[in-house]
Amino acid sequence: MWRWLHPYAKPEATYRLNKKLLPWFAWPGVVLLAVGLVWGLVFAPADYQQGDSYRIIFIHVPSAMWAMGFYVGMAVAALIAVVWQIRTAEWALMAIAPVGAVLTFISLFTGAIWGHPMWGTWWIWDARLTSQLILLFLYLGVMALYVAFEDQRTGAKAAGILAMVGVINIPIIHYSVYWWNTLHQGSTITQMVTRLEAPTMPAEMLWPLLVNLFGFLGVCAALVIMRLNNEILRREVRRPWAIAILKGGQ
Amino acid sequence: MNPRRKRRLTMVSIILVTLAAATGLVLYALSQNIDLFYTPTELVEGKGAAQVKPEVGQRLRVGGLVVPGSVERIDDGLTIAFDLIDEGPAQITVEYTGILPDLFREGQGIVAQGELISSTRIRASEVLAKHDEEYMPPELAKALKGIEHVPPANQQQEESDNGSGGYE
Repeated sequence: MWRWLHPYAKPEATYRLNKKLLPWFAWPGVVLLAVGLVWGLVFAPADYQQGDSYRIIFIHVPSAMWAMGFYVGMAVAALIAVVWQIRTAEWALMAIAPVGAVLTFISLFTGAIWGHPMWGTWWIWDARLTSQLILLFLYLGVMALYVAFEDQRTGAKAAGILAMVGVINIPIIHYSVYWWNTLHQGSTITQMVTRLEAPTMPAEMLWPLLVNLFGFLGVCAALVIMRLNNEILRREVRRPWAIAILKGGQ
Repeated sequence: MNPRRKRRLTMVSIILVTLAAATGLVLYALSQNIDLFYTPTELVEGKGAAQVKPEVGQRLRVGGLVVPGSVERIDDGLTIAFDLIDEGPAQITVEYTGILPDLFREGQGIVAQGELISSTRIRASEVLAKHDEEYMPPELAKALKGIEHVPPANQQQEESDNGSGGYE
C-alpha cells in the first residue's frame, strides 16, 4: 500500500495525475448528465401512481447515493491522512467535503419537494430522513473542524477522525428502510445490484436513472479533482513547479 | 510498515471498532423506538417480545394498507373512516377529518398520526400516503395490476362520475 501511495505524497505527482484524470470524468459526466436528465425528465414514461411527480427520482436517487459514496471516499482519504500523514490526502478530505455536503443537501431538498405532494408532508422524522440529515451535519462538521484550529494539520487530523467515525452512519442510512418501519420506500437500485433481484422499475425508467447515476458521478468527481488541484496549487504556490504551471506552461 | 504508522493504524481501528459496537448496541436497544409507526397487528397484539400494547388516549402513529371497500364518510360528511390491515389478521379503524393526500386510495399504504380512542380505533390528525419502490408506466400497471392511473386534474371528475370515494 505504502509503495503504491508513496509517489502521490508528492503534491506535484498528484497534480499531474489529476490533470490526466480530469477529462475522463468531466466530459463523460457532463454528456451523461445532460442525456440522462432530458431522457428522465422528458421522455421516460410517467408512473402509474404518481404520474409525472416521480420524475424527481432522476435527481433524488443519484444525489443521495453519491452523498453516501463520496462520504466513504472522504473517509478513506481521512484514513490515509491520519495513518500515513500524507498532506495531499488531507487536502483531498477538504476537496470532497463541500461536494458531498451539496449532494446531501440536494437529496434532502428534492426529497422534501417530492414528499409534499406524494406523502403529504415536507418532512417526517423517520429513520431514513433523519440519518440522511445526520450525514449533512457530519459533512458540515468535518468542514468546520478542518478550519477550527490555528494549526492546519491539527485541524485536518481532527476533521479526519470525525470523517472516519461518521462512516458508521452510512450502513445505518442504507439499511434504515429495512430495519425499521419508515415512511420512506425501499431502494429501487440496490436490491437489483446486491441481491440480483429483478428491478422494480421497467427498462425505460431504469436506463435514464442509471445514466444519471454515472453522470452525477462524473461531474462530482471532476469537481473534486478540480478542487484538489486548486488546493495543491494554492499550497505549493512558491514551489518552482507550481510557478512554472501558473506562468502558463504545463 | 513502520512502527509509528502501525500504532496509528491500530489506534484508528480500535476507535472505529469500539464506536461501531457501541452504535450497534444503542441501535439494538432503541430498535423498538426508532420505528416510525405501529402496525395494526402490533397495536392489537402488542409490540416486541414484551408485547407492550399502547394505552387508550396515547398519541401514536399507525401504518398499514387501506382495506378496499372500507372507506366511508361518517357523521357530517367531512370525516372519513377506513380500516387498516398489515400482514397479520388484526384490523383497526382510522377516522380523519381533513384533506387526504393525492396518493390516498384503497389498497394504498398509509401512515396516520393521532390519538387512540379505543383499542382498535384511532382519531387521526394527519394522514400520510406511503408508496413503495415500484415504478411503472400506466399501461404496464393496467396490464399487470388492473390499476388505471388518473391524472390529478381529472380525479375530481372521475370521482363524481362513478360516485364512489375510491380512485379506481
